[in-house]
Amino acid sequence: MLAAGFTKSSVGKKLLMAATGLMLFGFVVGHLLGNLQIFLGAKVLNEYAVHLLELGPLLWLMRGGLLTALILHIGLAVNLALENRKARPTGYSFRASVQTTYAARTMMVSGVIILAYVVYHLLHFTFRVTNPEISSLHDAAGHHDVYAMVVLSFKDPVISGVYILAQLLLASHLSHGFGSMFQSLGWICEGNEYCMKKVSLAIGALIGLGYISIPAAVLLNMLTVPGGAG
Amino acid sequence: MNLTLHVWRQKSADLGGEMVRYDAKDISPDMSFLEMLDVVNEGLDQKGEEPIAFDHDCREGICGMCSLTINGIPHGPDRGTTVCQLHMRRFKDGDSIHIEPWRAKAFPVIKDLIVDRTAFDNIIRAGGYISASTGGVPDANAILIPKKNADDAMDAAACIGCGACVAACPNASAMLFVAAKVSHLALLPQGAVEAGTRVKKMISKMDEEGFGACTNHFECEAACPKEISVKFIGKMNREFLKASVKK
Ligand code: HEM
Ligand code: FES
Repeated sequence: MLAAGFTKSSVGKKLLMAATGLMLFGFVVGHLLGNLQIFLGAKVLNEYAVHLLELGPLLWLMRGGLLTALILHIGLAVNLALENRKARPTGYSFRASVQTTYAARTMMVSGVIILAYVVYHLLHFTFRVTNPEISSLHDAAGHHDVYAMVVLSFKDPVISGVYILAQLLLASHLSHGFGSMFQSLGWICEGNEYCMKKVSLAIGALIGLGYISIPAAVLLNMLTVPGGAG
Repeated sequence: MNLTLHVWRQKSADLGGEMVRYDAKDISPDMSFLEMLDVVNEGLDQKGEEPIAFDHDCREGICGMCSLTINGIPHGPDRGTTVCQLHMRRFKDGDSIHIEPWRAKAFPVIKDLIVDRTAFDNIIRAGGYISASTGGVPDANAILIPKKNADDAMDAAACIGCGACVAACPNASAMLFVAAKVSHLALLPQGAVEAGTRVKKMISKMDEEGFGACTNHFECEAACPKEISVKFIGKMNREFLKASVKK
């Protein structure tokens, strides 16, 4: 068990942020791999969606876990940010920095925009309230046509734009967060804190590009719905 | 060389302060930064004005007293250098230089550029020591210590407790200081025994004193005159986790 006072300690809170960040990161990777199946065609993607729903209670367990992790992650982020601000009531009149990064300084900004995006994304594809006319079609096998829903949505450059922007911010968040996570958890080995900075940058970029490839492919007509309206 | 200084002036802890402009004339590039301030202070003294108060002691880069933020960087632009070891040749004729104290809630300004760093002493008092008497200095190699541990302990022990890490951190966090102390003791057999209780006590004191938390900008390491690595923060986090999951 964790010792008393763990969750009150600044280091304890950072450890929890990193642990919840790791869970969210795991989801981000899994979700990306699932989504990329869109390039294998409508049948594969729609069947994957059916399999996911067939997980039943396990799916709800994962959803519950992720929601808890997200709430904890955000709650701790806000709590720590407020305390950090209190730690320097008078700032410098001349501000400078040596080796921090833009991504590191804007974790709160990228985080809040990601949160807003997650809410929109759920309303769009999970609860299907923002584009109902294309969101509940069925394919030849009678499955929910996820493929058509995604492709028809991303044909709208505004929707694609929102997704692409959000993924750029996710890339930025992870380009700092991934390395940060290892440091916070103390999973560092000798001298790899700089190597980790580069790995972190690469992971952020890979994930961002992976997700962006889908709306980009739709906009470039590389992913299309046979017969237009599905 | 001639310079324009913008210096934080504050009469006492409970009075407000402001940046005041001074001209530093006929400065030799061979002077140290503190000698330059001595010259400015002599001028102020002759005019009957109050000299600029700043901390210093050894002026050799070993005591950790000097503590000036120069153009936003604690200890100034040279890496691995205390401000007493910074020389005026690092600047150009006509430069303007902003000189401010360490800025942190836990380091209140006492006067001008002098801050109260008792918070660091309090953190040490909370656990930065070995409580059992371990006798005199042991004979070399009487206790065998892996070379790597000895090297790392030595690197961490280089900390002179100046507080530049706090001053540089966007969150005024003292993690690098605490991490250096925790690591240096935990890496050696005499200190390892109390490693678990020590890390918890020192971190809890650090929080109580009002320092911020780490968000991994690594600005502390860039400002540290002893170039202490942020890997020790990772080590401290691990020590803390280890100590916290025990029953
Ligand atoms: C898909 C969603 C998200 C993922 C995958 C994610 C991932 C991560 C990871 C891995 C870290 C590093 C953990 C650490 O060492 O502190 C982190 C840090 C952080 N996250 Fe998130 N995060 C997400 C959403 C958010 C949201 C919604 C917010 C804020 C509203 C947020 C704010 C922060 C902040 C402020 C940090 C601290 C940065 C640091 O200490 O280095 N994150 N995030
Ligand atoms: S005065 Fe002693 S380290 Fe600078």
